[in-house]
Amino acid sequence: MLQKTLTNLETEKVIEVKGLNKSFGNLHVLQKVDLNLYRGENLVVLGKSGTGKSVLIKIIIGLLTPDSGIVNVLGNLVDQITYKQLLELRLKVGFSFQNSALYDSMTVRENLEFPLVRNRRDLTKGEVNKTVEGVLDAVGLLNAINQMPSELSGGQRKRIGIARTLILKPEIMLYDEPTAGLDPITCLDINNLINEVQERFHTSSIVITHDLTCAKVVGNRVAMLLDGRFQRIGTFEEVFDTTDERVKPFYDYNFIK
Amino acid sequence: MESKENPSVLTEEVKGPGLLARMFLSLYDVYKFIARFFREAFLPPYEWKEIWRQCYDIGYRSALLISTTGFITGIVFTKQSRPSLAEFGATSWLPSLVGIALLRTLAPLLTGLIAAGKVGSSIGAELGSMKVTEQIDAMEVSATNPFKFLVTTRVLAATITMPILMFYTAMIGMLGGLMNVAMFEDTSAKAFFTASLEQITFLDYTASTVKAILFGFTIGVVGCYKGYNSSKGTEGVGKAANEAVVVSMFLIFIEEVISVQFFSLFRT
Repeated sequence: MLQKTLTNLETEKVIEVKGLNKSFGNLHVLQKVDLNLYRGENLVVLGKSGTGKSVLIKIIIGLLTPDSGIVNVLGNLVDQITYKQLLELRLKVGFSFQNSALYDSMTVRENLEFPLVRNRRDLTKGEVNKTVEGVLDAVGLLNAINQMPSELSGGQRKRIGIARTLILKPEIMLYDEPTAGLDPITCLDINNLINEVQERFHTSSIVITHDLTCAKVVGNRVAMLLDGRFQRIGTFEEVFDTTDERVKPFYDYNFIK
Repeated sequence: MESKENPSVLTEEVKGPGLLARMFLSLYDVYKFIARFFREAFLPPYEWKEIWRQCYDIGYRSALLISTTGFITGIVFTKQSRPSLAEFGATSWLPSLVGIALLRTLAPLLTGLIAAGKVGSSIGAELGSMKVTEQIDAMEVSATNPFKFLVTTRVLAATITMPILMFYTAMIGMLGGLMNVAMFEDTSAKAFFTASLEQITFLDYTASTVKAILFGFTIGVVGCYKGYNSSKGTEGVGKAANEAVVVSMFLIFIEEVISVQFFSLFRT
């Protein structure tokens, strides 16, 4: 798949982050971070390990609280709404974990049913089955429906993790290191799946990664997080058209070695 | 992890203050945890299926050990009590002594301690493992309430199951006592149980039931609290399981002492 461009994207902000600060003790992870996610786009966040990429999306989903700053998701100020409102907001925001975080005591079917039956109590058993099978089919793993997570490969687990977030038909997807620990072929499969999700489910996504191939294939825009701030935001070429010694090694390692 | 509803935030953040301050903050955390349990337990939706599954699981996990321990305790207690009663020519009181001792103290305490070891550690390890592998966070972000599904169900199940297990232990213990008595005396099972039960009062049944409920609640809350707030990877899981057992057992002994004092106020 060729690199995607920004054309035809809407300009409606679905996530707006302003002046976000987050520290853990004396470690200032995020410092006055500003970021916008526009409807329909895939925004890739790049950065070294430990620079706060995952912290950023965990703040967006309300798993972590910011020290200061504004986090507006679909018109909701995440750190100011009630827990009940936060749960309602989370129906519209899917989060795919780095390690997939599948419920290991449940089968794949039960993993997918779990959020669905608790949030859509009006659905009949038949409708639940149909929805589960539909989403599994979309990620190409319908045949794994009765397997346990321990029986799946790393790539399959990632796909099931994504399927579990898609079951609630979210408007926004947050992917935390979707290709981490996978072989190159499976990485390409996951990258294609992220693009398919964007097209088929009309989602807006933030993809956290340090895999530049992933960034190039799935990202409409790329944002480089350095020293606690987004230093460069733009297309893939714009971000890497630089002599900045903090940025160049990313490109060199991935494409020159 | 600083979830909005996660009570561990305070203790995690306040590393600076001294031991006493941290202890009070921990107690405040526990208070918030228990308060949240009661809030979630009474508010719909209810997780009946999961509560039932946990009740079965807790009963099933403890049944074999409780049966063995209860039976052996019955035999040993009867055997050890016989010489003392024989000195006063009161061996006919043996069934009553066994019945009262088992129901008032041995069965609740034995069941509580075994459940603390088997159930408490299991809950602590299971929730701890779910915490460190982000499964609890995964529930959070999928707009479900992990506290209701994981904590409320387990605490309720432990609270409901403990009185049942306690009466089961008492019954098995009496069978052990009967076996020992039958070896030395010509006493029928009917006569043994009649003598055992006729001295047990309504207050005894009430006190033991209340104690068992209290022990079950303690085991559930401590196991869930330690597991739900565990951190630091696999080391944290082991620590959560271990602390769940140690703290539960310690609290069970304290509760036993307090409840004995309390219910003795009602005895003439």
